[in-house]
Amino acid sequence: MKENKIFGIVGEFADPKELLNAAKEIKKAQYEKFDCHSPFPIHGMDEAMGLKDSSLGWIVIFFAFCGLFGGLALMAWVATVGYPVVVSGKPLFAFEPFVPVMFELTILFSAFSTVFGMMGLNKLPMFYHPLFKHPTFYRFSSDGFFVSVENGDPQFEVEKTTKLLHSLNAKNVEIVYEN
Amino acid sequence: MQETSATALNDKLKRATLVEGDYSFDKVSEVITRPTRSTPSWWLIAFTGALSALTLYGVTVALLVYEGTGVWGVNNPIGWGYAIINMVWWVGIGHAGTLISAVLFLCRQKWRTSINRFAEAMTLFAVICALQFPALHVGRPWLAYFMFPIPNQMDIWPNFRSPLLWDLFAFSTYFLTSFLFWYVGLIPDLAVLRDKAARAGKKIATYLYGIFSVGWRGANRHWKNYERAYLILAGISTPLVLSVHSIVSFDFAVSQIPGWHTTIFPPYFVAGAIFSGFALVLTLMIIARQIYGFKDFVTMYHIDTMNKFLLATGTMVGYAYAMEFFIAWYSGNEYERFAFVNRAFGPYSWAYWTMFSCNVFVPQIFWFKKMRRSIVVAFIVSILVNIGMWFERFVIVVTSLHRDFLPASWGYYSPTWVDICMYIGTFGLFFTLFLIFLRFLPMIAISEVKGVMPEANPH
Repeated sequence: MKENKIFGIVGEFADPKELLNAAKEIKKAQYEKFDCHSPFPIHGMDEAMGLKDSSLGWIVIFFAFCGLFGGLALMAWVATVGYPVVVSGKPLFAFEPFVPVMFELTILFSAFSTVFGMMGLNKLPMFYHPLFKHPTFYRFSSDGFFVSVENGDPQFEVEKTTKLLHSLNAKNVEIVYEN
Repeated sequence: MQETSATALNDKLKRATLVEGDYSFDKVSEVITRPTRSTPSWWLIAFTGALSALTLYGVTVALLVYEGTGVWGVNNPIGWGYAIINMVWWVGIGHAGTLISAVLFLCRQKWRTSINRFAEAMTLFAVICALQFPALHVGRPWLAYFMFPIPNQMDIWPNFRSPLLWDLFAFSTYFLTSFLFWYVGLIPDLAVLRDKAARAGKKIATYLYGIFSVGWRGANRHWKNYERAYLILAGISTPLVLSVHSIVSFDFAVSQIPGWHTTIFPPYFVAGAIFSGFALVLTLMIIARQIYGFKDFVTMYHIDTMNKFLLATGTMVGYAYAMEFFIAWYSGNEYERFAFVNRAFGPYSWAYWTMFSCNVFVPQIFWFKKMRRSIVVAFIVSILVNIGMWFERFVIVVTSLHRDFLPASWGYYSPTWVDICMYIGTFGLFFTLFLIFLRFLPMIAISEVKGVMPEANPH
């Protein structure tokens, strides 16, 4: 049988305030690979955890331009090469009548890249995760506030990390295994 | 000294409480997800009714496909009848959902959290109803793929200079973007349902909610990208919602018909769309609030605010009606003048004045706070507004077409029973989808409501 590796240590906190404080202290203790779990996004948590700004916008703007110019290219090709028809004496190519469709395709490409970009950055869907084995973790979606410190962190030591979480008022501090 | 005046100012500026009563985070989840755990008998009765209407819709569609568009009341010169009226009406209703979810989000109107999920679902189902009509109106729905720019055996491509093709892109983009926006908002709440179902030991529910909640675990590193995604979706939905009804209005405004060929159409249509949509949100919300007992989430403050929107947009629509008349007179164009005089005093004056009273006069009652805070008044007005807005589209489509340049080609339009049954049928489609939504999904955004509670703020 394969050895069951430790995924990390999880602790539960009473409210958003304690969670925010815990994140600040864990960050101060030089941990990098840790995360906070809450039923709703908590104001100021990104700064407390020292997270960089989301890069989603760059992904979306790239696809937005793909939609804009892809749409223009499609219509220009259809109007001049694919099926040229003179409509009320107007030139075959003019960008003005193409503006609505260019706009809509920009939005369409942005919307899809936003959702799939968000999923990709978050590595979702992920149907199995070790965290779900923590006995009270199911509460995160309702009223539980959790911190998980991962094994991969250079600062991670079972005893030291457990002690740190206890000192921050964490309850239900448990070791979570990979499988 | 300075501090006391600052406190006094803060008290004055104090926002209304968005969740009334004593709620813990857990109680919020519990109360909002309660309807997803039982099938009450009124639901079964309503669902049966909705399915019957949906069946009626199916029968009329089958008849239409079998016989052709001759089963409708359309004739020459009135080639656009109920189908286009219903399409514009349904898609207009949808706009309020996007407005509530996107525009109010960008304006940080936190009161929207209690109603946005509900309104977005309404948008989605209203757009599904709207999409039926262009597909049926082509006469041979199985050839509707001709509209898409895809290579085909005839080597024909669509004409991108036509507003009808712009419509195709606007509608499909609108539907898909609204769907994505709605789904992204649902992910954290599906996780709530998943965890609750798992605790209750319900296997199938856990499995299904589990799949659609994509393994959400509320991680802050996820919330960071999630919130950004939500902001971007709100940002792109805002111009989208304005563009969709503008493009719908281009179907009319880009043509040469007097009564259609006006530059006021895009803003006028957008205001009208928001007006009708808010009215339907209000109608449905009042019913759901009474039935499910969500009075602590959808408070009188919410209803008051919605009624203010009705008053504002109704007055904008009234301004557009008046301005159309002014421009018709000021243009000096005799056909344009005739079209408008005929609209108000011709054979369809009954439709015009129904529209005018329901849309402009009736909402003026909301200048009084007492009226804005009365559930009964709000309910009646919201229904009248939807009747009025349906007649607005009827007036625009039918009166402009029925008397054009040559008196020899004048005509009169009346719907057939198929037209009427098909319209009723789309209500069946709408309510079938809506009731399924109410039964299986949380109708209030749980994570967002928790986020606006005072306990959620760590500072």
